Amino acid sequence: MSFLPKPKLHHPNLPTNALGYTRRDYEGAISTLCAGCGHDSISAAIIQACFELDIEPHRVAKMSGIGCSSKTPDYFLGASHGFNSVHGRMPSVLTGANLANRELLYLGVSGDGDSASIGFGQFAHSIRRGVNMTYIVENNGVYGLTKGQFSATSDKGSKAKKGTVNTDEAIDLIGIALQLGATYVARSFSGDKDQLVPLIKGAMRHDGPAFIDCISPCVAFNNHEGSTKSYDFVREHNEAMNRLDVITGRQPITADYAPGEVREVEQHDGSILRLRKLHAEYDPTDRVAAMHHLHERKAAGEIVTGLLFIDPDPQDLHANLKTVARPLNRLGDAVLVPGAAALEALNASLR
Amino acid sequence: MTPTDIRNPDYFHKVVDCQWACPAHTPVPEYIRLIAAGRYSDAYMVNWHSNVFPGVLGRTCDRPCEPACRRGRVEEEPVAICRLKRVAADNKEDVLGRMPAIPSVGNGKRIACIGAGPASLTVARDLAPLGYEVHVYDEQSKGGGFIRSQIPRFRLPESVIDEEVGYITDRGGVVTHYDRRVDSLRGLLAEGYDAVFVGAGAPRGRDLDVPGRREAAANIHIGIDWLSSVSFGHIESIGRRVIVLGGGNTAMDCCRSARRLGGAEVTVVVRSGFEEMKASPWEKEDAMKEGIPIRNYLVPKQVLHEDGRLTGMVFEAVKAERDAKGRRQLVPSGEPDVVIEADDVLVAIGQENAFPWVETDLGIEFDRWGLPKLNEETLQSTLPQVFFGGDAAFGPKNIIWAVAHGHQAAVSIDLFCRGEDVAQRPPPDVAMSSQKMGIHEWSYDNGVSLDLRFKVPHAENEVALRDIKTEVELGYDRELAFKEAQRCLNCDVQTVFAANLCIECDACVDICPVDCITFTEDGEEMELRERLKMPALNLEQAIYVADGLKTGRVMAKDEDVCLHCGMCAERCPTGAWDMQKFLLESAKPKAERVHACAAR
Repeated sequence: MSFLPKPKLHHPNLPTNALGYTRRDYEGAISTLCAGCGHDSISAAIIQACFELDIEPHRVAKMSGIGCSSKTPDYFLGASHGFNSVHGRMPSVLTGANLANRELLYLGVSGDGDSASIGFGQFAHSIRRGVNMTYIVENNGVYGLTKGQFSATSDKGSKAKKGTVNTDEAIDLIGIALQLGATYVARSFSGDKDQLVPLIKGAMRHDGPAFIDCISPCVAFNNHEGSTKSYDFVREHNEAMNRLDVITGRQPITADYAPGEVREVEQHDGSILRLRKLHAEYDPTDRVAAMHHLHERKAAGEIVTGLLFIDPDPQDLHANLKTVARPLNRLGDAVLVPGAAALEALNASLR
Repeated sequence: MTPTDIRNPDYFHKVVDCQWACPAHTPVPEYIRLIAAGRYSDAYMVNWHSNVFPGVLGRTCDRPCEPACRRGRVEEEPVAICRLKRVAADNKEDVLGRMPAIPSVGNGKRIACIGAGPASLTVARDLAPLGYEVHVYDEQSKGGGFIRSQIPRFRLPESVIDEEVGYITDRGGVVTHYDRRVDSLRGLLAEGYDAVFVGAGAPRGRDLDVPGRREAAANIHIGIDWLSSVSFGHIESIGRRVIVLGGGNTAMDCCRSARRLGGAEVTVVVRSGFEEMKASPWEKEDAMKEGIPIRNYLVPKQVLHEDGRLTGMVFEAVKAERDAKGRRQLVPSGEPDVVIEADDVLVAIGQENAFPWVETDLGIEFDRWGLPKLNEETLQSTLPQVFFGGDAAFGPKNIIWAVAHGHQAAVSIDLFCRGEDVAQRPPPDVAMSSQKMGIHEWSYDNGVSLDLRFKVPHAENEVALRDIKTEVELGYDRELAFKEAQRCLNCDVQTVFAANLCIECDACVDICPVDCITFTEDGEEMELRERLKMPALNLEQAIYVADGLKTGRVMAKDEDVCLHCGMCAERCPTGAWDMQKFLLESAKPKAERVHACAAR
């Protein structure tokens, strides 16, 4: 951590986006996490993604639970709405906020403890309900705040800093998200922003439950020999399926690709996900094949990253529940409290 | 590209833009930190070692450091380096005891310095502590040269000159021969000096050549001669209406002096554009603040006179155009001539070198511009025991260049007198020291001030214009000086990178407030500069490239707008970044080396 705030002075040529903001305008307070924490890189990627998407900061609600990861919303989008909820309860608070006002962009930030242990059920149900959100798990495979115990995503056989070997099976959050119906599923690595920033952009432009599992090394407790979430291990075993470019507004393909190398997916909001394939066989719109591939590569010792699954035409919770489109805070009293006669009529219709 | 060799002292020296730009290589950030800490005497001595005349230069320096200052590239204006120097001089305690002792027994070598200006006095200061007996000749009755004769008292009080000249001439080892003009170099050489240093300045002011010049001669004065007469009290008044010809700093001193000696309507007239004037922007600003208009694109055509008295001047209006070869030239604009009425005219259109006292058969060769043929580094002339410096060497420059020449010549003279090769220059003294005190504590103040440049308080015109000896600039008080000092970015505290410790976690990249760090694939420099996180487009500033990373990428840091805030090092989990103070003192003749030789 640092004592001083980050100096306000910036590069004189720092570009501005369509709103006239620089990337620096999307920053938050200075991080108090350990120096070198992968989470800080993810915060930087979120800042970059929001800047590039010309997102108005006040249109974003950032939600989190408890843990190192859940502290990070303080370190980005300082001008956005935010809620730091109880441990593991971010998904339900986010769901409630989303139901009350669907016009905001919901960004849930969680960790492996928050989502794979205490909040595992919350995570699962928010996904299966189809809440329109971007759900990022900053996954370091360790309980950093309590000095380095294995978490539920620690791989079986991996070693703790003091040498203990993990005997429990790991929860693969990507596998769960795919199984429970997430419509945008990606995995990335905090040390590869070229991959991560477009994945966050695509997720934020996705109208459905978008889940990103981001491996984020814990420099203090999980960056040693024998760890499977260290910078070195992830770099060695990273197997990217594709490279993503998110295109808002139609731009021609300028780079030269061999036939079949590029695949474009148009999202509901008109944005184009341009995927440069790194594995010719991999089809990111086939959920079953994606799950199969994921397990296969995991067995081979690889960490599969990239945009793993995309349903370009998802349906979210609001559509399922047929809720009113207008945010609750903009509905008048007459609509919200229709009176005794309306209640009577409703009751009668259910008898 | 080739990885950066940070062991070459020039690399980090260039990052300290102010120090690199200073001809005498004064370690600017070092003394600014001392001022911020209230250690004025220490700050003064850092200056004194490098530039010899901190009190004088803190008021009058051309400040090449300020246009170079990194602060000017990240916000609006550079740090007021020059005026902070004055703060050190104004607030110091007695510093005599800190100056190097002059040995009671000399080394038997005698050196003559011609002229008692800044170049000669620097030679004397550098050589006297080594046991040399330095004889300084000057036609004036006091030392200082142009510092004393040309710079008006309202910019530089005489007491400051007396003090700083005294530190050199009054501590032993230096014999002054004032009121003695050297008319013959042959004669001086015959006195058996081991070496002679010519620091006689560029003493001849260029004259005007237009009809009427001769007839009105009584009211036309050569600027530098007139300023000198004013300085020594020979002239105390001037006509009510004055024209000053010329756009350099001498012209600015002339017009502002005239304003104080009875010139109620003083006009500066320049041939070319206002922007092209050679005067420093702040000097033009100060002149205009005193109610002196500057009229541009007017070329002198004729001097008007009546019964031997000057009545005014006629100017031809011109404009700047580019000729077929793209060269800028002044052509008549076709507008009617301009007449400016006046009682006196001051001519400040340039200075020239003149060496009538150097006999042509001594073996000292001159070029076709009348300047001595010198080795640019050693300042040695074609007569080996004669060295030149200051304005006498390469034509009119300024005080800080004269000081720099003095140091260079002193090194040469010392080598020469010891029978060594003058071309074998000693290296500068360089020290690097980590500033790390704790996980996020540094022994320098790494917070970055957001304050804009503070204005130096000035005396009101009513007070300032009444007496030519009233100093116009009041200088920063301690509180303002502290705030201004805090604007310094500590560019001498260097970001030093150790690739073998780096785990490529991107923490430094993410935290850097000016996006100057990138980890990327290696490439040729020009191509690499383009694809940094912020393209490094200022080619005058280096990029620091280190290889040896695990992923095979390189670390490339654009030095251009680095704030030296140390955030990269604070956020680095492995100490791959360290903040290290780079302290460089340019080579000077060293007493220790003399003793070492004697012992051998």
